Formats: sequence, C-alpha cells, structure tokens
Amino acid sequence: MLGNMTLMEFLGGGRAVPGHRPWPRVQLDERGWRELLHQMAISEWTLLGLWGEGKEIHVALRDDADGSIGVASLHCPDRRFPSLSEVRPGAIRLERAIRDLHGLIPEGLADLRPWLDHGRWPLAVPLAGLRGAVPQASPDYSFLPVEGESLHQIPVGPVHAGVIEPGHFRFTCAGETVVRLEERLGYTHKGVESLMAGRPVAEAARLAGRISGDSTVAYAIAFARAVEAATGAEAAPRADWLRALFAELERIANHLLDIGAIANDAAFGFLLARCMVLREQILSFNETYFGHRLLMDRVIPGGVAVDLTREATSVLRTLIHDLRKGFKKLVAIYDDLPSLQDRTVGTGIVHGSLAYRFGAGGFVGRASSHGGDARKVPGYPPYDDLEFAVPVRPDGDVNARVWLRIEEVQASFGLLEQIIETIPGGHLHRPVPTRGGEGMSLVESFRGEILMWVRLSEVGKVVRCHPRDPSWFQWPLLEAAIEGNIVADFPLCNKSFNCSYSGADL
Amino acid sequence: MTALLFGIIHTWLVVGFAPLITGVVRLTKARLQGRRGATVLQPYRDLWRLLKKESVVADSASWMFRLAPYGIFVAVWLAATTMPTFTTYMILTPAADLIALVALLATARFFTALAGLDVGTAFGGLGASREMFVASIAEPAMLTVTFSLSLVAHTTSPAAIANFVLGGHVGLQVSFGLALGALVMVAIAENGRIPIDNPATHLELTMVHEAMVLEYSGRHLALLEAAGMTRLLLYMSVIVCLFFPWGLAGPESGPGGLLIGLFAWLGKVLVMAVGLGLFESLIAKMRVFRVADFLGGALLLALLATIFLYVAEAV
Repeated sequence: MLGNMTLMEFLGGGRAVPGHRPWPRVQLDERGWRELLHQMAISEWTLLGLWGEGKEIHVALRDDADGSIGVASLHCPDRRFPSLSEVRPGAIRLERAIRDLHGLIPEGLADLRPWLDHGRWPLAVPLAGLRGAVPQASPDYSFLPVEGESLHQIPVGPVHAGVIEPGHFRFTCAGETVVRLEERLGYTHKGVESLMAGRPVAEAARLAGRISGDSTVAYAIAFARAVEAATGAEAAPRADWLRALFAELERIANHLLDIGAIANDAAFGFLLARCMVLREQILSFNETYFGHRLLMDRVIPGGVAVDLTREATSVLRTLIHDLRKGFKKLVAIYDDLPSLQDRTVGTGIVHGSLAYRFGAGGFVGRASSHGGDARKVPGYPPYDDLEFAVPVRPDGDVNARVWLRIEEVQASFGLLEQIIETIPGGHLHRPVPTRGGEGMSLVESFRGEILMWVRLSEVGKVVRCHPRDPSWFQWPLLEAAIEGNIVADFPLCNKSFNCSYSGADL
Repeated sequence: MTALLFGIIHTWLVVGFAPLITGVVRLTKARLQGRRGATVLQPYRDLWRLLKKESVVADSASWMFRLAPYGIFVAVWLAATTMPTFTTYMILTPAADLIALVALLATARFFTALAGLDVGTAFGGLGASREMFVASIAEPAMLTVTFSLSLVAHTTSPAAIANFVLGGHVGLQVSFGLALGALVMVAIAENGRIPIDNPATHLELTMVHEAMVLEYSGRHLALLEAAGMTRLLLYMSVIVCLFFPWGLAGPESGPGGLLIGLFAWLGKVLVMAVGLGLFESLIAKMRVFRVADFLGGALLLALLATIFLYVAEAV
C-alpha cells in the first residue's frame, strides 16, 4: 500500500484548507486519518500538538527529515476519532484532556481516566458547546495498580511544603527505591481556552502572557506570531529583534534560577543564593528599562510595547559582561564540587529513545540527544540572522540537564551581544489588520517549543486558541526518569525538569 | 550546696544558650551565601511564636504522639544536664556517664521515631526508617568512641576524662585524634546536619529528622525544636569537654575560675558553631545510602582509635 513518504506528500492527498498560515492545514476523512496513523507508525514525524475544536480534531506534525510542518484535521460527527496514542505516546494525556474538554472520544486509547476534569467542574465537557451537560467525572481517581511484595505508596501533594505549583505525585516504592511514579495534574486548570474564545486580540494577548508566568515572553511571542500569521501581517523588523532580546533575557533568568534551585535541592544553598543575585540583576534591569520585571505584556501582536533606549543598550552591555563573569565562577563551583556532582551524575536518566518517542523538546529532550530547537527549525526572525549553538548531550541525567542549561545561558549571552550590536532601527509596532484566518506558531521558550494555534473571526476576535506547553511532552518523561532511583532524589530530578503545571493544566 | 546551685545554673544555661548557637550557625550560613540573614536571636523568637500557637493533632494520633515531645525534650535535656560545660563541680557530675548519654539520646530518638510512625503518614514512616538506619551505624560509632576514650582514661565519666586530659596525661595521641574525628562525624549525623540531613529543607521526600516531626505544630513542635537545638549544643559540649577541656573549672576554682570556665566554654562552642556553618556551606547533601559510608568511616576511625591503643601498649 503506502510506502514511506514525507509529511508534505502525505498531506498533499488531503483537502487543503485555505487561510491557514504559515504552514498548510488539510482536512482528512476517517480513512485518511487512519492512513495518517499508519504513516506515523513508520515515519519520523514528531507530534507537535493535538487539540479539539467543536466536533473537529486537529493534529500538528513535523517531519524531522526535512523540517516541514503541517496540520491535519478530522471532522468527527459522532464525537469519536481514532486515537494517536499507540503511535505517539505523548498523545495520551492530550487525548485525555480533549475527552474532558470537548467530549471527543479517542477510540483505542487505553487510558480513559479523566485528566483535567477532577470531578469538580460545574459542567461537563466545557468546550463541546453542549448546553446543560451534566458532570460525570467523579472526584475519585484510580491510580494505576502496582503489584509486588512489600511495596508501599507515598502520596505527595497537591499541596507541597514549599511554595510551588500544585500537582500530585503517587510514588510506589520498595524501601527507598521508586518502582513507579504516577503524576496527577490539572489542579491549576483555569479554562484558558474558553477564556480566550470571543476575546479581542489585544485582550487575548494579555491572557496568553499569563498561561505560564515564567515563560510570559515566549507565550506572548507565540501568540503574537500566531495572530500575525493568521492575519497575514508581519511584525516590525526592530520588534522581532526586541522580542528575541526579551526572550533571551527570560531564558537566562529562568535557567539561572533553576541551576541554583537544583543545587539547593541537594542542600547546597550557596549556589542558589549566588544565582539569585545574578537573576535579580536581570530582573532589575527589566524593571528599570522595560517597566516589568518579567517583561509581561511587553510583546504585543504586531510588535513590542517598549523600546531599547541608547542608555539601556550600554547598561545591558555592561550587564552581560558582569553576568558572564559571575556565571563563569558559579559554573566552576558546580563543576568542582564532588559532593554536588555525586548527586547529579547518573541521577534521573531519560533514555534518548524515550525522549524521541514522546517528542520532548527543550533541555529535557536535548539532554537525551533528542535535538531540536524552534529557533533553528522551523526558525523565526531574527534567529536566522544570528549565530548560536544548540547544545545536545547524550547522557540524559540531571547533570546533563544542568550542563545543557549552563551552555544555553552562555549561548544566550552571545545572542544578546549580537542583538544589541546589530538591531535595526525603525518602528516598534505595526497595526495588525482586522481579518479572519488561522495561524500557528512555534516559539522556543526556556522549557522548549510552545505551539500556539489561533483562529480569528472576521472582526478580529479569537474564535479558538490552543496553546500547547512544552511540558506536555516532558512530564511523562519525569515518571520514567525517577524509576529505579531513590525517593530522596526525586526533588533533584523534578527540579532539573522544572515542567510547568500551569501551562499544561490550561 | 554550691554543687546544686551550679547544677541548676548549668541546667538552664544549656537550654538558654541552645537557640543562640543554632542562630549563630544559621547566620553564618546566610552570610557565607551573601545573604543578610536573620539575627542570632531569631530561634528564640521562633520558639516563642510556636509556644503561643495552637497545637493541631491529627485524628489518627494516639496518646503516644502527644506525649512524645515531652519525653524527647526531657531525655535530651537530662543528657545535656549531666555533661559538664563550665565546671565539673555539679551535683549531677558523678552521675554523668558517656554510656548513659548515648542511652538517653537513643531514648529520645526512639520516641521521635515512634511519634513519626504513630500518625500513619507516609513521610513519618519514611523519616523513621531513615533515622533508624542512620542510628544503627551512628550509635555503635559513638559507643566505640566512648570505649577508646575510657581505655585511655579508665573511666566513662566525662568530667573524669576532662580532668585526665587537663592533667596532661594524654599528650598528642593518635587515638584521641581518631576518636575526635569519629565523634565529630557522629555529631553531624545525630544532629541531622548537612551532608546527612538538611535541617532547612522544605522537600518532604529528602527529609530525615524533619519528616518524623512533620505532623507536629504549636508547643509540641516548639519542644521538639528546642530539643534539637539542645542536642546540637550538647554534642558541641561533649566535644569541648572531652577533647578541649582547657579552662574548665573544678571544685576548688574560685569565682574567677568559674568565669574563665564559662567564657572558655562559650567561646569554644561559638567557634564550633561558626565552623559548622562554614562546613555546611561548602558541601552538598549526600545520597541517603551514602550515609552508611560516611558513618562507616566514623565507626572505622573509632575502631582504629581503639586498635592503636592496644598496638601502642604492645609496643
């Protein structure tokens, strides 16, 4: 029957939907969808996203051979669709979420437990558009059974001793060794997708910047780029560069915090204290020159809201110089401390094959030799004009993830220097035309690639918006990483992942 | 009569100074991390705050859970009471004994572990199991230290050992050095300091001591915290008394000698507190199972101390 073909060849067989930018979207019938499953089983296509819309299901894929991207859609009038979970395990949680939100049943999905719906919502399937649907999920949740002699369970969360986001972790242990970890998330579900629907673009952009607060710049860029794609607009050239500047500042600030926090979880508080000092310098700079410590709402559809002044440029130049120096010392401390290395090396290993199967991006994937960076592939301005390395490591342990972050911070310093040297002048902002359309974007946040998909109405309001956080494909790997490790090493593994709860709970 | 008075003064001295020492350790760590840190008096405030708070007890807790903090505090306090700090001239000095000390601290630990198990939470059990794991190696190490010291001084009374050391009978002995090393390692483990345990952590899964007392609040927690602080000072006092007793006052010392004894003790303990803060800032925590290697090292040092004694005698 079908041989091995590229994604574009395959999608060429479907009915192209006009007005989807910048990548094509095609409509498949059920037979086409089943062929898609077959192709996915034999091809190296990465699952980028899977989301519902009314009685329709969309899947975004990337062909790793040539980097091409496309979206396939299936209309399912009987609210059923063939599940992708068997060919792409990363789809399992997405399909469970679709079932909770849209009431579309994934046929063939083995795990039919609810995911986001904890049985506390006043209405069932909130995005299905059904009036008066009675909630069916019960607050009881059955964790996967674990059998064996003298195993014991440790329930952790959703309320934790530290000030972190809520999530429940169910450990099954034999003594100190973890036999299985099962996550239960969804505690920060706030209905982002239904809040987005019907909002004017400007308002929705503010909301997008609050889906996962630590990646606010990346989310804002993703939303802005998706809107610009949908309306066929382009951001002002200077704005592209400023966006990259903000994004790299955000990346450095987050990585600094995480590197310190990982050391702190091994009770080496010194590194955290020093990393926080460096991070604070960035946040103070942001506050002084851009008006917001985390740069919320500085990126808007059509451009950016603040400019980099001449004074800020020279301050930033000195700041990067100081940060580079300070960071180098901290890296040396991390590298030279055997007691710390002893905790991170060999802990929480994620095998490359697993990272590949789940399509994990970001440092989690790259630390397990699964490369890929949205800044390179598909790439977006201004990164095509900048030189930077994307580090990849094969080890997959906590140490590899720490080093990956260290190298990314160093790469980002280089990017910032290039940006302030070569940033073009011009306007900060171009008005976004009021026009309908569908747009999609992939933007590299510090965790990995964010997928943002929007459909705008003719009057410029959001009809449907789906943000897919990189954590969707990283959380499951955490379950795998901790297996066979000791319970006391979980905080280290968890911090080295630092997945977003808010982003994945929607 | 004077001995009784000194005994009473000493009893309150250890409890009174214990939070200060903890405060000094915390402040040292904060300063070394480049933070300003809370004042050294903060532990007093914390205890006072906890004492005023309501104690919340889990539904599943038995009488054991309520009683344990008192038992633990009393056991640790009693142990601290017998250990000479500024003078050996105290009513309880004759009763003081290193083996009794180990037993009293073991009693306190036993009740802490029981209390941890009592509520039936996963963390309590986890902490209790880890604590007992640590204790199973730390206690023999401590006893071996006692053994090698008593071989030299022919007594297990700390005051007598201190007098023996002060009498200049010891000189520079390898065995004493090894025993000191072992005792310091045991002290680190017993007090739940880095690299064995992190007293400041919020991570439930990594806790040892804190996991057992996770369910406690209010005055119960205050007692447990006070017991922990007292134990830290107690171990410092043990090390000071056995290995660096210089300045220690005796029955025939006048008021001047007593003052010297007091300040010498305080000075030595403060130096140790700063040293502990420094040490904790330089090292990360160990994996749980590496603790066995660490304490095995302590046990080995203590054993070597004993063996060297016999070897020295044979030669």
